[in-house]
Amino acid sequence: MMKKSILLLLCMTIPVVASAAGGAYIGEPANTNIRSQSSLQKGAKTFMNYCMGCHTMQFQRYNRVAEDLGLTEDEMMESLVLTDAKFTDKMTNAMSKEHGEQWFGKAPPDLTVIAKARGVDWLYNFLINYYVDPSRPSGWNNATFPNTSMPHVLWELQGIRKANYNEEVDAEGNSHAELTGFETVEEGQLSEEAYKDLVRDLVNFLDYSSEPAQLIRMSYAPWVLLFTALFTFFAYLLKVNYFRDIH
Amino acid sequence: MGKIASSRTKSSNGIMDWFNARLPVTQFYKDHLSEYYAPKNFNFWYFFGSLALLVLVNQIVTGIWLTMHYKPDAAQAFGMVEYIMRDVPWGWLIRYLHTTGASAFFVVIYLHMFRGLLYGSYKKPRELIWVFGMIIYLALMAEAFMGYVLPWGNMSYWGAKVITQLFAAVPWVGDSLVEWVRGDYLISDATLNRFFALHVIALPLVIVVLVVLHIAALHTVGSNNPEGIDIKKHKDENGVPKDGIPFHPYYTVKDIFGVGMFLLIFLFIVFVKPDMGGLFLEHDNYVPADPSSTPDHIKPVWYFTPFYAMLRAVPSMQIGALIMALAIVVLFFLPWLDRSPVKSIRYRRWPYKLMLSLFALAFVVLGWLGMQAGSELQKLTAQILTGFYFFYFVWLFFYSRNETYHEVPERIEK
Repeated sequence: MMKKSILLLLCMTIPVVASAAGGAYIGEPANTNIRSQSSLQKGAKTFMNYCMGCHTMQFQRYNRVAEDLGLTEDEMMESLVLTDAKFTDKMTNAMSKEHGEQWFGKAPPDLTVIAKARGVDWLYNFLINYYVDPSRPSGWNNATFPNTSMPHVLWELQGIRKANYNEEVDAEGNSHAELTGFETVEEGQLSEEAYKDLVRDLVNFLDYSSEPAQLIRMSYAPWVLLFTALFTFFAYLLKVNYFRDIH
Repeated sequence: MGKIASSRTKSSNGIMDWFNARLPVTQFYKDHLSEYYAPKNFNFWYFFGSLALLVLVNQIVTGIWLTMHYKPDAAQAFGMVEYIMRDVPWGWLIRYLHTTGASAFFVVIYLHMFRGLLYGSYKKPRELIWVFGMIIYLALMAEAFMGYVLPWGNMSYWGAKVITQLFAAVPWVGDSLVEWVRGDYLISDATLNRFFALHVIALPLVIVVLVVLHIAALHTVGSNNPEGIDIKKHKDENGVPKDGIPFHPYYTVKDIFGVGMFLLIFLFIVFVKPDMGGLFLEHDNYVPADPSSTPDHIKPVWYFTPFYAMLRAVPSMQIGALIMALAIVVLFFLPWLDRSPVKSIRYRRWPYKLMLSLFALAFVVLGWLGMQAGSELQKLTAQILTGFYFFYFVWLFFYSRNETYHEVPERIEK
């Protein structure tokens, strides 16, 4: 009875996997590795160079990033911080919300916890699935986030691609477009693999910044659980000993 | 040497005597721990009472520490949570203990309530314990809902909007009531402030007082057990139940083991998977509250979803809200709906066993349905299960009247 009940309890706590967004095209997993410091450093660099002009990380501080990514203050300030910000400042930029709205139709969101909201797979696919679409104001569209107001900032690296859609009209007369593939129009500076690695590192950095504490948390986990298991084992022996004379 | 020892004993007695003459400390300790006789056959299901107390203490302690670093200000609240997660030393641990604690509270309470259903713990003379427990459950739901609003994420905002809107279902005064609850025409800074006040002081006070009453009522009539046998019928010459054992040390020691088992799972979640893949901390709540952007799919946290599924199963919001309220109200009357003299499921026959299993299953499936987007098939399933939820109580009322059952033994055999 006891064993069965415990098993039942364990089954009830098995995590239910929920997907972050519906309907978006997710072609491949991000396969990021939060424990790779070099990946995080490369991701941070890409973020500062390409993203921070428009996006902020208003809850994250430069010095915390440096500490967690194994960078000294000098390394951080010289190679990564492009503004006149101080080492202990939060990672903000000069773009106002009003300007953002005027320029893009929608102000670029803060990215501190975007990886919690969207998930790494979505972010990775979003950044590799841009294609040209003259019907959009920015000239770009996206298979993962259709009709996004964000232009393809990394186009020089990835190159220019167009998407092939297979249009089908169903029995009720509604047309469905199914993505069949991309076609390169103009080569970028990076090979396809190199570009994907760059995006993977960037998404890894976004994942880190959504919860810097996850690095500490994961490192404590085995010790906390080991201690609890030992405690429970001795508690069990104590219980058995006390109940020996209860019939 | 003997002289010192005896004088020490005397002085410690002296202190206890001094206290006991003014406040019956020793008597209280005996009444509730060392001479509170609990049935000797408690099983797995009897861990959840003490675990609920543990989680309550966890919520209060971590809650106090979170309050030290949080500001209930619509412009700052979302950032305050991230400040706690990054800049407050160990803030992430305090927050995760609190968020995981909220879900753990409901896991523990649902299992605790189901224990009551299994062994008929709500039946005479324990009706009042059940009613106090139900009021705690209600207060806990309000507490959890208001706590969920405080991080001021987009799901906090829209969840608050949908839930407060339910008050509009009250006839005549509905709209004024919604405005009164929100403190504004819409969910705003005023709403956040009052929810903070209710969450950190008003409701916790209510819950603590109710828990004291719940336990006081329990210790007046004594604990039920998996056999549903009244142990007070057979006492020895000292008036101690023959099948009872002192709560301390026996059940304190056993409950420490239960706490260990619970903490293994609880701390695994806190340290390894604190958002439980979006189940405990939802993805959409990592987007700041935005009145102009509705989440694709508004849904409450998992512990409310069985009732949310019932609400959505009905096309009319007014009737849906009524059904949802009735689903909780009907539980209050369980001690009087179940008229069978037998308490434990062990001595009831297969129709009861089958129906209780189906009832539990219906509740779990409704919980799952409440998390889904809601296709036509899901809606139909939710309607059928909602119907079954209420049918169960009607069936129980009539079935239990002339129920046949196995003979219940006089004493607990182990």
